[in-house]
Amino acid sequence: MSNSLTTPGIAPARLNPDVYAEHFDDLYPDYDPHEAMVAADRCYFCHDAPCITACPTEIDIPLFIRQIQAGQPEAAARTIFDQNILGGMCARVCPTETLCEGACVREAAEGKPVEIGRLQRYATETLIAKNSHPYTRQTPTGKRVAVVGAGPAGLACAHRLAMKGHDVTIFDRHEKPGGLNEYGIAAYKAAHGFAQAEVDWLMQIGGITLHQGWSLGTDGTLLELQEQFDAVFLGMGLAGVNALGLEGEGATGTRDAVDFIAELRQTSDLSTLPVGRHVVVIGGGMTAVDAAVQSRLLGAEHVSMVYRRERAAMSASDYELNHAANEGVKIITNAMPVAIHANGAMREVEFAYTRAGVTGVEPTGETFRLKADQVFKAIGQTLVGAPDGVALEGRKIKVDAAGRTSVPGVWAGGDCTGGGEDLTVTAVAQGRDAAESIHASLMNSGA
Amino acid sequence: MANLTTNFIGIKSPNPYWLASAPPTDKEYNVVRAFKAGWGGVVWKTLGSEGPPIVNVNGPRYGAIWGADRRLLGLNNIELITDRPLEVNLREIKQVKRDWPDRAMVVSLMVPCDEESWKAILKHVEDTEADGVELNFGCPHGMSERGMGAAVGQVPEYIEMVTRWVKQHSRMPCIVKLTPNIADIRKPAEAAKRGGADAVSLINTINSITSVNLDTFSPEPMIDGKGAHGGYCGPAVKPIALNMVSEIARSPETADLPISGIGGVTTWRDAAEFLTLGAGNVQVCTAAMTYGFGIIKELTAGLSQYMDEKGFTSVDQLVGRAVPNVTDWQYLNLNYVTKARINQDLCISCGRCFAACEDTSHQAISMSPERVFEVIDAECVACNLCVNVCPVADCITMEEMPKGAVDPRTGDVVSDYANWTTHPNNPMAKAAE
Repeated sequence: MSNSLTTPGIAPARLNPDVYAEHFDDLYPDYDPHEAMVAADRCYFCHDAPCITACPTEIDIPLFIRQIQAGQPEAAARTIFDQNILGGMCARVCPTETLCEGACVREAAEGKPVEIGRLQRYATETLIAKNSHPYTRQTPTGKRVAVVGAGPAGLACAHRLAMKGHDVTIFDRHEKPGGLNEYGIAAYKAAHGFAQAEVDWLMQIGGITLHQGWSLGTDGTLLELQEQFDAVFLGMGLAGVNALGLEGEGATGTRDAVDFIAELRQTSDLSTLPVGRHVVVIGGGMTAVDAAVQSRLLGAEHVSMVYRRERAAMSASDYELNHAANEGVKIITNAMPVAIHANGAMREVEFAYTRAGVTGVEPTGETFRLKADQVFKAIGQTLVGAPDGVALEGRKIKVDAAGRTSVPGVWAGGDCTGGGEDLTVTAVAQGRDAAESIHASLMNSGA
Repeated sequence: MANLTTNFIGIKSPNPYWLASAPPTDKEYNVVRAFKAGWGGVVWKTLGSEGPPIVNVNGPRYGAIWGADRRLLGLNNIELITDRPLEVNLREIKQVKRDWPDRAMVVSLMVPCDEESWKAILKHVEDTEADGVELNFGCPHGMSERGMGAAVGQVPEYIEMVTRWVKQHSRMPCIVKLTPNIADIRKPAEAAKRGGADAVSLINTINSITSVNLDTFSPEPMIDGKGAHGGYCGPAVKPIALNMVSEIARSPETADLPISGIGGVTTWRDAAEFLTLGAGNVQVCTAAMTYGFGIIKELTAGLSQYMDEKGFTSVDQLVGRAVPNVTDWQYLNLNYVTKARINQDLCISCGRCFAACEDTSHQAISMSPERVFEVIDAECVACNLCVNVCPVADCITMEEMPKGAVDPRTGDVVSDYANWTTHPNNPMAKAAE
């Protein structure tokens, strides 16, 4: 081992080679059957349960927990997958504290909700680990649907359509399917190749063809897809990233957090992945947290996460922020970057303290500097390459409640559309619901 | 500090907790450990006649049911009486009684249903200087098929006959242990009394199958693919035992018959409940088998604290205190009108009360879109189901309507005590007019 925590600049192999596997392993191991039984026993089987309402995919949570209690996690998994075919990943990445667990009556009663996320993971794992797919396709309809994007929205849409008997082709720009599940979340949330295992398991429904390395606009147009297919679903996510708008933003050592996270996920030997001794992450969302925590796990000595407004306004959940703090990330709020000080390579970021002003955040006049060998920008992603003719709402594709875009025969869902909170689970719900709408439309058209 | 010493039919013990006749009292080693831990007495595991000892199965002899965290709720067993030679047991009983003179030593007996067999065993037991005998008329498996145990306990005439032999051939106090596998527990108790028993102890275990293996289709506990019913005990049987104890305690024929209460005693509170329903002491088995003898410290300290809080200085003062309040349904006050009250500050909005009432009861709880649950007095029959299914203690309570108020459900004015015997709908009441 050549480097250490204190090696200056950006360097790989800061840690003993043995610890990488441990650092990036599952944050929480799966429940064993007894733990699951005890956790499930805490569920009150509420009438018209608030947790169901709080779940964007409306999983019948009390039912699946009761099925665990009754000794049939496979049946519980089926209950989950009926509503959310990516229930395995959602169990890992959902901000449950603001969704189902936040609505759990035991949260209100004692500040300790039923651990729905972990129970969901326990249930879904039983089926996925067995590689047992519980659904079969209905009679083929002969209808063909194109899905753009193999992320949560596209996969959920494709699976539901395939189940209904339609033939689906998924077009995706990456080398591997999964979208953000594969490229956009921290490694310890989807350890042991779970994202690919889940896609493989999902594909067992049949009737879905994956077409990787295909970008909309570059390799084909929406018009061409419309000509070749009976319907099109757009679930291409947000491929662009917001910039700070500061001079020197291109200095060596500054990078988009999403790229760093994606590279980390695709690196088999993490000791080869360089990281700064002093890392600054700018942003307050899940992406910022994932970049900051993983920097620490790679051996960065000092990691700060800086957000321009107050902590309550951060989109990262308290759970995520506490986890980051636990891992040694320093969280600084009410500070906005005003200058990058580089000498070819990054040296310092200058921040101004902020306060809430009439027109938004405004600097107080006081500034400070943070040492930075590496800066990760995590201030939001943007839609790029929206096909011509598809109406936007704000900066995202405009859809109705059923996921229809302004173009007949074209549906959309997931992060590229407005309305949602850009959560995996929301994307799944939108993909699923669009599939139902596409199905209804294809079967009614008689064409 | 309350005095926990008890004198049960002349048998003294430093506290009212005896270990019941069962595996924990099968040999000197266990019993000495129990006495060292602080148990007040034991009923030595049932002895049989001289001769080759009985044999037990060599596979599982216990089955159980559990809560989610493996809390043992009910236990069943197919073990028989002691399988050790009679002389070994007698020698050990004598030794232990000599070493622990302040502890109660009662010997459980089960021999064939003839006078000579009883006469013979009683002589042996007297030689040990034990404090008394308990007649095992309750064991529901194995021995009953050989005409002993519950086979005797289910026939009051046999109970009376054997008890009479025992009293005739022994100076020792005699406790008759009753089986609950019978329709009316008062009948065997009355028979024991007629036969001269000094006390009864109850309940013995209940015929049971704890579960069925759904792969092999065999009952549990399973012996080579088969299962036999065993005796059920532990926390799950306590309500059955409490009722049977109270039946004997309040029956005019047996009200003066001392009772040793058995059945699911797990904490001091269970023991106190048995005492208030007329038991002069209690016997414990499953709790000790689950947690070991160390629980005696909680059992004694807990009862002592409770008695201090209530101002009871001796166990006698607690015995039977609830018996006058056990009555028959027909004497319950039909003019005692209550309504469920939901404490909105404590309510966590789970809606279990609503589901229970709406689906299975009287549609007397309303639910608002904001998940506020309220009782509809005009529908509430005060059944208490909402109280029982609510996961929050004291969130739903029953509030008594004052005299003179109008029950919105019936339109009747709440008036003075009146019961079924005088109710106009009762044909018998009309006949009496």
